[in-house]
Amino acid sequence: MIPEIGHFALILALGVSLSLGLIATVGGQHNRADWMAFARPGAQALWFLTMLSFGCLTYAFFTNDFSVVYVAQHSNSKLPDMYRIAGVWGGHEGSLLLWQLMLSSWMLAVSLFSRQLPAVMVSRVLGVLGLVSVGFLLFMLITSNPFLRLSEIPEDGRDLNPLLQDPGLVFHPPLLYMGYVGMAIPFAFAIAALLNGRLDAAWARWSRPWATAAWIFLTLGIALGSWWAYYELGWGGWWFWDPVENASFLPWLVCTALIHSLAVTEKRGLFRNWTIILAITSFALSLLGTFLVRSGVLTSVHAFATDPTRGVFILLFLAVVVGGSLLLYALRASKVRAGGSFALVSRETFLLINNVLLATAAASVLLGTLYPLLVDALNLGKLSVGPPYFNAVFAPIMMVVMLFMVIGSYARWKNDSAAELVKKLRPVAIASVLLGCSLPLLAGKWHALVAMGLTLSFWIILASVVQIYRHLKDKGPGQVTPLSYWGMHIAHMGIAICVIGVTMVEGYEAERDVRMGMGDTVTVSGYTFKLTDMGERLGPNYKAVVATIELTQNGKMITTLHPEKRTYLSSTMPMTEAAIHSRLSGDVYVSLGEKLDDSTAPAWAMRVYHKPFVTWIWFGCLIMALGGTIATLDRRYRKKLPRTNTPPAQPTDHPPGVTRRVNV
Amino acid sequence: MKKTLIPLAIFGVLLVFLAIGLTRDPKEIPSPLIGKPAPVFTAPVLNGQGAVFRSKDMLGKVWLLNTWASWCVACRYEHPILVEFAKSKTIPMVGLDYKDQDAAGIQWLSRYGNPYDVTVTDKDGRIGIDFGVYGVPESFLIDQAGVIRYKQIGPFTEEVIKDTLIPLIRELQP
Amino acid sequence: MKLWLVLMLVWQCHTTALANEAAPLAEDPVVEQRLLTIAEELRCLVCQNESLAGSRADLALDLRRELRTLIKAGKTDAEIKTFLVDRYGEFVLYRPPVKPTTWLLWFGPVLLLLGAVWMLLRWIRRNQHTTAPQKLTDEQRTKAQALLQNTDTPP
Repeated sequence: MIPEIGHFALILALGVSLSLGLIATVGGQHNRADWMAFARPGAQALWFLTMLSFGCLTYAFFTNDFSVVYVAQHSNSKLPDMYRIAGVWGGHEGSLLLWQLMLSSWMLAVSLFSRQLPAVMVSRVLGVLGLVSVGFLLFMLITSNPFLRLSEIPEDGRDLNPLLQDPGLVFHPPLLYMGYVGMAIPFAFAIAALLNGRLDAAWARWSRPWATAAWIFLTLGIALGSWWAYYELGWGGWWFWDPVENASFLPWLVCTALIHSLAVTEKRGLFRNWTIILAITSFALSLLGTFLVRSGVLTSVHAFATDPTRGVFILLFLAVVVGGSLLLYALRASKVRAGGSFALVSRETFLLINNVLLATAAASVLLGTLYPLLVDALNLGKLSVGPPYFNAVFAPIMMVVMLFMVIGSYARWKNDSAAELVKKLRPVAIASVLLGCSLPLLAGKWHALVAMGLTLSFWIILASVVQIYRHLKDKGPGQVTPLSYWGMHIAHMGIAICVIGVTMVEGYEAERDVRMGMGDTVTVSGYTFKLTDMGERLGPNYKAVVATIELTQNGKMITTLHPEKRTYLSSTMPMTEAAIHSRLSGDVYVSLGEKLDDSTAPAWAMRVYHKPFVTWIWFGCLIMALGGTIATLDRRYRKKLPRTNTPPAQPTDHPPGVTRRVNV
Repeated sequence: MKKTLIPLAIFGVLLVFLAIGLTRDPKEIPSPLIGKPAPVFTAPVLNGQGAVFRSKDMLGKVWLLNTWASWCVACRYEHPILVEFAKSKTIPMVGLDYKDQDAAGIQWLSRYGNPYDVTVTDKDGRIGIDFGVYGVPESFLIDQAGVIRYKQIGPFTEEVIKDTLIPLIRELQP
Repeated sequence: MKLWLVLMLVWQCHTTALANEAAPLAEDPVVEQRLLTIAEELRCLVCQNESLAGSRADLALDLRRELRTLIKAGKTDAEIKTFLVDRYGEFVLYRPPVKPTTWLLWFGPVLLLLGAVWMLLRWIRRNQHTTAPQKLTDEQRTKAQALLQNTDTPP
């Protein structure tokens, strides 16, 4: 009964989203207040119905209702509660429902937090999002219904893939989807603006917090995915440039460019067409990612069970949504030349450079991801494009981005002097080079790449610290520093911290692959590991072999580690549960291998790693997300529309090139 | 107007490639050995009590090398088709028991039929590697000069035998 | 005799202490290290996108065994890669070779970057020449203020 309610709710949701899409958009087109008034309640009704449907599927999982095909495929009566709920999004159909839930949640947020937007804008934005929902709901109802029933109810389910039975599954997909789907909001704003014919600074200000919010979630989702892979897969890798990883990274790169481009459009009314393109592209890349993961076009460890029919549907959806938007862009893009100009040395230029670099990085990653497909389609053979290519292409671009990041945050709007910038930044540059090039010597071996990475990271951190110090010193009484200023610096420093982590791990990680018998020890980077016990453990739905390893450093006992090898009841493939001891200065990582039966005394294969500063990678991402959050809370995004023609507070009369307020 | 159409045009090209991609299988690896000489190998005969098969002995004949294993599920679908094809005595067929146990292999053949003129074993997979084998079943059609002319990835179907293999054999030995 | 006994005991303690140090899993760690470096750039053919270095698939184990033999025989990295490409095609390389089919892949990004930078500079220069700063008339100024009131408070 409950699954049927869930199914019915989806059908109703389809109806609501269709009405919302048509009524709200047409209402905005003809400026009909009564039709536009449908937008907010429509979005809220859609959310309610989607939530209801999602709740029904969750209920089916929680109560082990194996008459539902999807539950039978992805769950099991012995599955722990936590994973039973997270299993809802463990497969293709359920993850689509999660996608739709996220979309309607964002729509709900827009409907609630948009009091300062004109009604035409709100109805158009929600209308566009309603139409996007139509696509997803149709996709689900036609090809991927999570509520299909089995005529013969199996005694027990097939169980959730053991790789997914981890807390990571509880958090990673929802966060990631919040980000992925969140790209639809700036997209909808862009479409609304094109329909409106009005591409001005106001539009940019309204879109910016939404773009940043989506960016925050995507940052967290990707970071969590990377950390999950690191501790779950057992060999300490944290990024593989797998097509599905790239599919989530591409919208992130473009969205980063978008929030910087929006800064210029908001402040100076420039780059309007380019910002629109970025907004459309970031959502297009989200949809492309959906296509890549579910169509079977590329091989990936993350791919859901693939089905060409689904691939065709998503491709059509992609064609309609993105093709339609780009057609609208071709027809409606502003032909009016923007009214401002700026000097070669100005903040605008540096933000444009940032955009060019990020767009090139995104294009390169896209090229590398799709190239095997391209070559195959042209009958030129089969190719693989893997980490060697992506690292070779991406790393240099990112380094240049980091270089200009600092200069951009120092430069003034419209016009600045190169000589002055050099003067301000020279001490920072010298300090960064000194620190960056000398620290590797302390760590052991000197690597040029490590020195470069560290130099650029210190460049960002020191420059931000110095600028903040100067600003606080020169601040006048009563002058308020906008939150977006703090957000910018914190986010930039987050990147620097992340890069320090990447650089140190790649430069100095050490591993030993050994055979350990009872009482044997192995040493890596000053840490000593001793195998003291080997036992067995029974989990809720698995059997495990557990090793006890004593970890010491310089003779001093640090902790005991328990790496495991689990065999799940539902699968014959053994799973490694690595034991990790995390410290700020680095992780110690132990992975238990097979039992070796080629010696008289029992021995096991054991892999031990030292990964210096690896957690900085994800801490850096957290700090980035924090910076973004602070920036979103800036007061100017919450300023209400003036209701009457009240005179403005002060005439804005800043002569170009000289600004007293803080540059954000 | 023209400049603003560029994004749409780029997207259109992308769509075409993605659509073509839906018709391809990214996991299928075509062999680079087509048109190249087949690796020369010697292998122990299955249950031949020490007898050895030399691939060089097949020069001058068109023959089929078929890899299989007792643990391979897909091979069971292919095997009846091969047994049927062997009855026509068109060309000699050599079976390569890939990464298998002798006893299991012999049992499997007695259970499902033996279409091979001779069966050899490749216990450690070395011969398979030389032929670029990455899964079973895979089959190679080799001509009189010892050159690989065709590789069948995965099990044979009746259509492939009728429409591809037999015409090619006729071409090679008119 | 006693001295000899003492020496034996000392030697036993010494070897026992050594016996506690875990031996490397691989027969030859130097070969193994080189194997991993090469194998990281090679693809496991039967996996869903994993490198040959980390995969636990049967074929991967076999291929790693082959590579060890080749390394011990003194083959260079290039020769080893050629060995695999001859049998499995270029699909097995994670670093695509630079050839006409992959020129777009390898040179595309840098060309795109240079092209974009050139267009950027050209746009900035053109923008500066065509839009000279204009002075507003009083009428235009009041009109502008009225517009600003209607949309939003000024930044």
